[in-house]
Amino acid sequence: MSELRPDLAAIAAMIRPGARVLDVGCGDGALLEHLKTKNVDGRGIEISQANVNACVARGLAVVQGDADTDLVDYPAQVFDAVILSQTIQATEKPRAVLDHLLRIGRRVAISLPNFGYWKVRLSLLAGGRMPRTNTLDYSWWATPNIHLCTLADFVDLTRECGATIVEAHALNDNGTTAKMNPASLTHGYLGPNLFAQGGVFLLKKS
Amino acid sequence: MTEAPRFLRPVTTPSADVGMAVTFEAPLPLDCGRELAPFTVAYMTYGTLNADKSNAVLICHALTGDQFVASDHPLTGKPGWWITMVGPGKPIDTDRFFVICSNVIGGCMGSTGPAEVDPSDGNPWGLNFPVVTIPDMVRAQKRLVEHLGIDKLLAVVGGSMGGMQALQWAASYPDCVRAVVPIACAARHSAQNIAFHEVGRQAIMADPDWQGGEYLLHNTKPAKGLAVARMAAHITYVSEMALQRKFGRALQNRDAKSFQFTPDFQIESYLHHQGASFVDRFDANSYLYITRAMDYFDLAEEHGGQLSDVFRLNSARFCIVAFTSDWLFPPVENKRIAHALNAVAAQVSFVEIKSDKGHDAFLLDEPEMFATVRGFLNHAAQDLS
Repeated sequence: MSELRPDLAAIAAMIRPGARVLDVGCGDGALLEHLKTKNVDGRGIEISQANVNACVARGLAVVQGDADTDLVDYPAQVFDAVILSQTIQATEKPRAVLDHLLRIGRRVAISLPNFGYWKVRLSLLAGGRMPRTNTLDYSWWATPNIHLCTLADFVDLTRECGATIVEAHALNDNGTTAKMNPASLTHGYLGPNLFAQGGVFLLKKS
Repeated sequence: MTEAPRFLRPVTTPSADVGMAVTFEAPLPLDCGRELAPFTVAYMTYGTLNADKSNAVLICHALTGDQFVASDHPLTGKPGWWITMVGPGKPIDTDRFFVICSNVIGGCMGSTGPAEVDPSDGNPWGLNFPVVTIPDMVRAQKRLVEHLGIDKLLAVVGGSMGGMQALQWAASYPDCVRAVVPIACAARHSAQNIAFHEVGRQAIMADPDWQGGEYLLHNTKPAKGLAVARMAAHITYVSEMALQRKFGRALQNRDAKSFQFTPDFQIESYLHHQGASFVDRFDANSYLYITRAMDYFDLAEEHGGQLSDVFRLNSARFCIVAFTSDWLFPPVENKRIAHALNAVAAQVSFVEIKSDKGHDAFLLDEPEMFATVRGFLNHAAQDLS
């Protein structure tokens, strides 16, 4: 098995063995397949047909669908954990999506890119153009990432949604992760909001 | 007990495999309250059943299909209706799987149906044949599967009405099926579906040659009515875009409009051909009965409309396939099944395949469908070993 993307590895570490998990935007199923080794009962939602086929051929239970429109059909609290990796910034209504995730799962594990990362800030400040980084490598007119935010912004949204941050990790650009104190994200100038390329959060409804 | 099926029409392709038929003496209880005894199921098998009888795949046919899924049709000589899906090396690989396909009860290709002889009076059943349902068809298939010595099917696969049967298998015999592949179908027939079927039935019954359903006694055949039924139905099997692309407003064998009512347009003559070739191979009363069975299909009915409850504690895995341009069984109806299964934590995958070919896409060359079914079945078989 190939190595998991760092944010997925961080999410995998948050999932208890034997848990029932829904991976929203599960891609080619790499995380769900990895979670099988922890006896996790995993399900996925994925928008791309090629990815769904890859998942089905892996023996994963994946439904072709769209986080923006299909989460409404899932009953409340049926999953121990719901995962949303590197996807919230591409949804049409991030707030509604997060509300649904918190309704469907007892825990929500979520990873996202940090638009407050210093390289992004510098690129806009110094270059005067929309930033393009390793994790956000799109022209502004072609990007699927229509709702980018900083980690501090995201923490604000979790409050709006009535969620508590159980765990938070910074994703560094060398591929490592480091535990962060969510309180350090309440102001946006310094700390992980400046130095982390992305973040991984474990949330629960307060 | 097993013999060759008798067909209503003579076999025209003597080289083709006519398959087998088994007659059960023990009655088949029907949803309408009546029972059929004895009753016959005509079927084909492909591939070899393995020693532990764990590689059996049942294929369920659609409204006008039959058991000749992967071999030449003995009456028409045409290749099997799902030759792209089933065969050696195909997604449903007969080198690995033992494939069974039977003609539904109420059909006209050797299984007991309205064109067969009613043992009580020696005449064709006609309208004395009991109205059968999708669960009845599945009940008969279960008897066949038991007859073949199989306790648990590796998979049940079917498109359209075949998909309804696959779902019914999961509902009726959850412990007898490991994997279920309903393609281009729904958990219930919609008002629009029923409406189109009623048009077809009324066309048949309006044909004077239908003779109140007793045409076999009078040596007539409601060919015109059945052809019209087929023409109307055929329109529902294709997408508007596919029709436009294939025919547009092109004229048939003429340079100008005729100002008469003979077929001017290619689409007209195409439909005429569809109708005419259909009446040669299909029984009009069978068409009435099978469309009725589809109309009556509503999987959630017994559960107060809660589709999820149908699948509670179901250990089978499901792979649901829909086509974007299918307006007869639109993706949203297919997805409803996936959501119901999700709600009870069943193992379900759902694939919505982009196609402009309409409902008929499931019978056509759709590489994504083949890849999905192949991958899903491979994994279902792999998990077993």
